[in-house]
Amino acid sequence: MLKVDSINVAYGDLQVLWDVSFEVREGEIVVLVGANGAGKSTTLKTISSLLKPMSGTIEFEGQRLDKLPPNKIIEQGVVHIPEGRRLFPDMTVEENLIMGSLYGEAKKKRYQTMEYAYELFPRLKERRKQLAGTLSGGEQQMLAVGRGVMSLPRLMMFDEPSLGLSPLLVQDIFSLVKKVNQEGVTVLLVEQNVNQTLSMCHRAYVLENGRITLSGTGDELMANQHVKEAYLGI
Amino acid sequence: MDVFIQTIVSGILIGGIYSMIGIGMTLIMGVMGIINLAHGQLMMVAMYITFVMAHFFHVDPYLSLLVAMPALFLLGAFIQKTLLNPLIKVESILPENQVLMTVGIGMVLTEIARFIFSSDYKTVKTSYSSSAIFIGKISFNVPMCIAFGFALFFTALLFWFLLKTDLGRSIRATAQDSEAATLMGINSSRITVITFGIGSALVAAAGVLLMPIFYLFPDIGGAFTLKAFVITILGGLGSTVGAIVGGIVLGVAESLGATYIGMGYKEMVGFVIFVLVLIFLPGGLKRLTKI
Ligand SMILES: Nc1ncnc2c1ncn2[C@@H]1O[C@H](COP(=O)(O)OP(=O)(O)OP(=O)(O)O)[C@@H](O)[C@H]1O
Ligand SMILES: [Mg+2]
Repeated sequence: MLKVDSINVAYGDLQVLWDVSFEVREGEIVVLVGANGAGKSTTLKTISSLLKPMSGTIEFEGQRLDKLPPNKIIEQGVVHIPEGRRLFPDMTVEENLIMGSLYGEAKKKRYQTMEYAYELFPRLKERRKQLAGTLSGGEQQMLAVGRGVMSLPRLMMFDEPSLGLSPLLVQDIFSLVKKVNQEGVTVLLVEQNVNQTLSMCHRAYVLENGRITLSGTGDELMANQHVKEAYLGI
Repeated sequence: MDVFIQTIVSGILIGGIYSMIGIGMTLIMGVMGIINLAHGQLMMVAMYITFVMAHFFHVDPYLSLLVAMPALFLLGAFIQKTLLNPLIKVESILPENQVLMTVGIGMVLTEIARFIFSSDYKTVKTSYSSSAIFIGKISFNVPMCIAFGFALFFTALLFWFLLKTDLGRSIRATAQDSEAATLMGINSSRITVITFGIGSALVAAAGVLLMPIFYLFPDIGGAFTLKAFVITILGGLGSTVGAIVGGIVLGVAESLGATYIGMGYKEMVGFVIFVLVLIFLPGGLKRLTKI
């Protein structure tokens, strides 16, 4: 479904991704794990076309995403839930949800999808007139996911959704990711929370210093000696 | 007491128009992060359009709104698209240089006006230009009241647009987080073009509405750019509600200054406020109103 093929990405003169290749198949949850600064966010930003690769290609269902301007990606059915939520702080919860459904089919089904988003997150419904900037961290993450859901995506990319949440909320967010996946949305998840994500994913890739160094099923990676030492602290 | 009330009334009426000028600038500030220092000069262009329509085609100034607003929307959109947006793409050019570009645009507009119309004062006199309604001893200048009414109308329309339409929401979203807006499918350079157009159309409306009351000459733009700047700072950069309040405050302050200090000091009052705000309320009224 999504095919990233040997992309090299740089900020100015500073190259941060080297020959990164991986693939996400329809219906999967694929995790990209890596330490701070490994290039995880950079990878997602490149898929979203916010950054252009110097070389390499990105294909989604046969369509070249790297050839599209960044504002056209969401219409292809790919939504990126960025690191740090990036909500519109001076807009209400409801308006933030609306912003996820500006075009095409998503716009037509806006209020229908909104009901679904409120079913996923009853908390958001209670607070629908509240400004996003005044929500708690957990509620903001729910809203960020809800805003993504509003675009009727086929592929959802999450950039560290567990960041800054209490362990209990982290559980909630991950079970939500699973739920979204069970309803037919393919998931690409970027995380540092290696232990939990490896046990819930279909396949995973390890990104180190801008290179993919390992890949396999969640179980395979959990059993890998290097992963154990470097990420699981065993 | 009557003098005082009269002063306040006049201040509020002119303040309504100042608000509309300030909102235009503040919208542009919010989305692009730059102060548009050609704002008053765009208003001047709208005033000359009104003058030409009235003088040569005998069109009532208020009808000129229908011409001047769309014309300035297009002019503003054109400026953003062809002169300002290309600067963003060049990495070595700092965003501040867009501001310098607007200064240049303002100068060019002024000199073009001088070339075509000379520096002579122009006026558009109408039958109602100096008519007034009296309530008790307080006079309400008719064109000022009409202008105030239009200003209320356009401001309400703008708020409806920003709050209730997808395009309006996209403008706010871009102002709040442009990258997140892009991820939601918003074409931010198109939004900047539309926003500059709307800001220009609003200041055009203000120019048309001032035409029956003011003298027109090519350099009038500069004074209004400064007023818009003061209002934008006073309101808190990027705050539309702040700009409305800021406009009224400036109008009333100028009016008080003219009555109690002297006509010649009217303009100075604005700068005194400007400096006081920077010292005592950096961030402007937005700090108090939060929007
Ligand atoms: N805008 C930028 N300009 C220059 N360098 C950048 C920029 N953004 C990121 N980098 C650099 O690129 C490298 C990868 O950053 P990236 O944000 O992709 O890491 P990450 O894996 O998401 O890390 P984290 O887990 O901390 O979010 C880092 O060395 C970072 O300093
Ligand atoms: Mg990151």
